[in-house]
Amino acid sequence: MSVDQATVRRIAHLARIAVNEDEVPHLQRELNAMLSFVEELGAVDVSGVEPMTSVIPMKMEWRRDEITDHAGAAAVVANAPVSEDQFFVVPKVIE
Amino acid sequence: MTDPTRLTLAEARDALRARKLSAGELTRAHLGAVEKARALNAYIVETPEKALAMAEASDARLARGEAGPLEGLPIGVKDLYATEGVHTQACSHILDGFKPRYESTVTSQLWRDGAVMLGKLNMDEFAMGSANETSYYGPVASPWLPPNRDADWARAALADPGKKGLLTPGGSSGGSASAVAAHLCLAATASDTGGSIRQPAAFTGTVGIKPTYGRCSRWGMVAFASSLDQAGPIARTTRDCAIMLGSMAGHDPRDATSVDAPVPDYEAAVGRSIKGLRIGIPREYRIDGMPAEIEALWSRGVEWLRAAGAEIVDISLPHTRHALPAYYIVAPAEASSNLARYDGVRYGLRVPGRDIADMYEQTRRAGFGAEVRRRVMIGTYVLSAGYYDAYYVRAQKIRTLIKQDFEKVYADGVDAILTPATPSAAFGIGEKGSADPVEMYLNDVFTVTVNMAGLPGIAVPAGLSGDGLPLGLQIIGRPFGEETLFSVAEVIEQSAGRSPLPARWW
Repeated sequence: MSVDQATVRRIAHLARIAVNEDEVPHLQRELNAMLSFVEELGAVDVSGVEPMTSVIPMKMEWRRDEITDHAGAAAVVANAPVSEDQFFVVPKVIE
Repeated sequence: MTDPTRLTLAEARDALRARKLSAGELTRAHLGAVEKARALNAYIVETPEKALAMAEASDARLARGEAGPLEGLPIGVKDLYATEGVHTQACSHILDGFKPRYESTVTSQLWRDGAVMLGKLNMDEFAMGSANETSYYGPVASPWLPPNRDADWARAALADPGKKGLLTPGGSSGGSASAVAAHLCLAATASDTGGSIRQPAAFTGTVGIKPTYGRCSRWGMVAFASSLDQAGPIARTTRDCAIMLGSMAGHDPRDATSVDAPVPDYEAAVGRSIKGLRIGIPREYRIDGMPAEIEALWSRGVEWLRAAGAEIVDISLPHTRHALPAYYIVAPAEASSNLARYDGVRYGLRVPGRDIADMYEQTRRAGFGAEVRRRVMIGTYVLSAGYYDAYYVRAQKIRTLIKQDFEKVYADGVDAILTPATPSAAFGIGEKGSADPVEMYLNDVFTVTVNMAGLPGIAVPAGLSGDGLPLGLQIIGRPFGEETLFSVAEVIEQSAGRSPLPARWW
């Protein structure tokens, strides 16, 4: 399978990565190189094989649903590029 | 006393306990070495004040007879471990300015046991790379000299930020491997998703272990591919790795995938007899085009283990060749999901845009390097509607087949598996992968199966190439078979003898 330029633009948008028009052919070549590298997997017989979900069998532990982290709001927003009154600030999303 | 940076971690520990050396002296010697080695670019952040304060506290505990297992021992920390109040960016621009308000579990256990932090170490951006060339902070040089180059030539090459012509220490833990090899710390933390501990260890003549998935907590490590990532140390000897892992490993309620099982005394396994162990030699690792010197190294390893009383058996791991392609579906898929958190809102870089979607897109374009963008896009594609079953689910089924290969040979009584660590010795910075990314990915052909199956693997130096560069062998173990790996690695280390690094030229 290989991707065309429209697909490259669609994937970039899905991944929320801006691409310039002049980068598209180069990205297309690189993505197709990776896809052709993995192409041989299509020939492997996987009938009746369960997909891997946990590489080491382990039992998930239950815990009480309670607050375990008391860092506080100031610590949570301390690294935000823009914050105000302990809120994250983003461009307006609702008109 | 001679230069304390020449000591192994175990020797330094013993000297501190015998009060022949103080933690302050040991730390100052390392800080001096780090400062003189800035051109290697192994450390991206130095924390001398923190180091001296930690050393002072260690000296006080040593005086009171309260020394922890790593008391007063200076180490380096890969930039993907969250260190409270200290630069933590996984060497990505998108985490610009990020200083976490918390400490990773692995590093907090190292500090609990008395270790001293010298600084943060360079790495491939988000651990995606095999030559430490994708770092936002530039490439790291190996302290090993390129073949037929002298110290004067190398010093001139080092002055150039591109470091062209010098050798890569490998990646993604290139800063860790270079710093350990160049005696800029006694040991370092590293991490391994497809070979990022073992390949740099092999390239720099150091020892590196990727433990069983779940042995160390991933809490506070910047995530790349969550089902493959595992913490581990790089050090100059097998014993030093065993000591480090003893402090790094252990259950953590904050990581649901960390295993609640006691941590064995790994150091006690170093030097234990391997008589009667069954060591498997997988025929599928004899790949086309493998250099004769790698083949010869592998055969020498077999002879050393046989001479130490191990039983050598030929084994088959038939799905080996599918591991690397399947990895390049699974790892980018998980990365695309993990890296979705970098949105310019909660931490790191923000680039303004026309609206919120444009802000996300401009931020991620400016913040991620080319390799990360490529992998996030491939991951997005293989998870997207219509392709999920054909790529992602199929790769996870192949992963099951790879794990079953190992389960079969272990059920047949094999205790550990011996393979080469890498298909070649270290190559030059900027030499690979510029035309075709897959060329770089082939570095991990022997290591990636271990991550796909969640097993432990150790790389140990086994000799030099014809060009005089380090080559490593890999031992793969049963789940939680780290002790066996340390015992077998010690036999190889002792049989191969030390291959000393060229005198300091940087």
